Amino acid sequence: MIYLDANATEPLRPEARAAVLSALDQGGNPSSVHQAGRAARKVLEEARERVAEFANARPSDVIFCAGATEADALAVHAFGANRPILVGATEHAAIRAAAPCAITIPVRANGQADMVALERLLVVHPDALVCLMAANNETGVLHDIEIAGKLCSNAGALLHVDAAQAIGRANQNWLALGAASLAISGHKFGAPVGAGALITRPGLDIQPLIKGGGQELGRRGGTSALPAIAGMAVAIGAAYPSEQIATWRDEIEAFCCAHGALAIGATAPRLPNTTCLALPGVRAETQLIALDMAGICVSAGSACSSGKVAASHVLLAMGLEQLADQAIRVSLPWNAEASMVQKFQSAYANMASRLAKRDSIGLTTADHCKDPICLK
Amino acid sequence: MSGGVDSSVVAGLMAREGHEVIGVTLQLYDHGNATSRKGACCAGQDIHDAKRVADKLGVAHYVIDSETRFKQSVMSVFADAYAQGQTPVPCIACNQHLKFGDLLEMARDLGADALATGHYVRRIEGAAGAELHKAVDESRDQSWFLFATTQEQLDYCRFPLGDFASKSEVRSLASEMGLVVAEKPDSQDICFVPTGSYAGVVQAFRPDALEEGEVVSEGGHVLGRHQGIARYTIGQAKRLPDKAAHMVVKSIEPATRRIIVGPRGAESRMIKLRDVNWLISPGELRATVKLRARDSLRASNIYPDGRDATLELDEPAIAAPGQAAVFYEGSRILGGGFIV
Repeated sequence: MIYLDANATEPLRPEARAAVLSALDQGGNPSSVHQAGRAARKVLEEARERVAEFANARPSDVIFCAGATEADALAVHAFGANRPILVGATEHAAIRAAAPCAITIPVRANGQADMVALERLLVVHPDALVCLMAANNETGVLHDIEIAGKLCSNAGALLHVDAAQAIGRANQNWLALGAASLAISGHKFGAPVGAGALITRPGLDIQPLIKGGGQELGRRGGTSALPAIAGMAVAIGAAYPSEQIATWRDEIEAFCCAHGALAIGATAPRLPNTTCLALPGVRAETQLIALDMAGICVSAGSACSSGKVAASHVLLAMGLEQLADQAIRVSLPWNAEASMVQKFQSAYANMASRLAKRDSIGLTTADHCKDPICLK
Repeated sequence: MSGGVDSSVVAGLMAREGHEVIGVTLQLYDHGNATSRKGACCAGQDIHDAKRVADKLGVAHYVIDSETRFKQSVMSVFADAYAQGQTPVPCIACNQHLKFGDLLEMARDLGADALATGHYVRRIEGAAGAELHKAVDESRDQSWFLFATTQEQLDYCRFPLGDFASKSEVRSLASEMGLVVAEKPDSQDICFVPTGSYAGVVQAFRPDALEEGEVVSEGGHVLGRHQGIARYTIGQAKRLPDKAAHMVVKSIEPATRRIIVGPRGAESRMIKLRDVNWLISPGELRATVKLRARDSLRASNIYPDGRDATLELDEPAIAAPGQAAVFYEGSRILGGGFIV
């Protein structure tokens, strides 16, 4: 099996695994007053300090929760209750479902949020909560958080950044760039699933979604998932072979484009590990199944929990209606190897030669070569 | 794999025979939260069940989003037919466009050798290629709904359930295979009309077909009003105004929204068909025909005319436009077409 679906979940890092096992063996509830509780609390608070240090935040501004979906929901709940909400057109469902009535910030054809449009929106809604992801999960495209941060600070708006896909792969000092809060998720950078955090700048009032026993300083009730949190704290600072991963990604992209694929968002700044490849005329589902049968794990746009693949809202927002149900996402894991790249390419070539029906939508690679947005 | 017992057992049988099995569920429409209704196919719970069955059998399983296609090729066509005064059969359209259309094409794309489904029909290898026959269990027979299957599609398909003597045999095989769906209720009626009232679907697509109109005698006298032509079919006696008691619907005029009624006896001997599918070489022939899914067989002469055909029934019968007339010789389907 060749696993190239890191944006769904990264393989567990060994150092995170060791931390998880150690916390599991230790046991204890961090809220207990006895020695076992104190020992658990020590693990929890050390983890908080590490995460805070990574994000350039105060430990007391790190709220542990179940993952980025919860962190996003908490941010929208806490900051969006009395503010208009502006949401990037390519945001993850975690944000879009939490703020269903939000105003959309359009993206440019390369997938990056349109900062001119944001500036205009902020004139009308200066006190908005603005939600922009650091990196898009489907295309890897990075929004310009620095400019967004400045625009929001100048207007008096709050900027929430979903950094789930960016941690480790494209780190930035988001809070210093003007973000009011960050959502992170451990399993997107090599920790186990089940832990994430909302990290804020100082001085923001957070009303909880879940009150429970008042854990996390009353901002998120429920016993902390200590093993997953311990794993997350170890994984968050782990080394990431960015250049090597990007080289392999580029190789894959060039190879697939030579076999009829179009690389989506390739002209924008991107995560090093992600490429979104459309094969004109071939449904994404068919590509996924064909590759899966060849032992390759990749994914398509927005698979829901049932596994149903719908047309990608990200590609639709980028104006690529014709390709929105024909793109797959290849995302290399932190532990990728050269042999994976070879095996993927051979499976892709096989699939593309069998399935490519470019003519069916009247698009040719040559046509698209003229379009700098879509094709490398 | 709809998540029901039939297609689950088919997957099990194929796996048992040693084939590499790829399970596919077509997501046809989104039932939202109404996912646990018993007996409707392809809602959320059903996808979950299909996945559990595939897991149990150790076969791959995928969900294909066919909502847009289903809406265009089945639901919208269904509503349009009612708006034209016809009585459509959406299951035939679904078989034609989705199951033996898109799904079959995908199976070929993936290099599969055959498409196996849970339909209760038999495919028998004959001298001149595959033949389509009624199921052994006639009470379950679905051959009428599959008349539009082309020879090429038929050659590629397998219908393992057609040889089963009864549904209870299928269910007991499902329990023997340890499938969670062994006791799941049968699907009923039209899958996208869970409440049994299709007016809601017609309302969404073609509200004009549910607008009031006149009920008129054959002589042109207005006898009362009706609540939409979509609620009527040829030969129907129900839902007619008091002045039209003991009468039946003779014809429906979509342009004027008039329902024409007359004394019982909407039967006719000559019936025109369109979009005829032949599973033998077309030619004048004598066969038995079935004019509705649960109709009896009627002796008839059949005169082909290009894509059309005319039936000459021995005894007059009621034929509702939009329904299918399917030609049988014994258990075998020779062809069929849509009643004009």
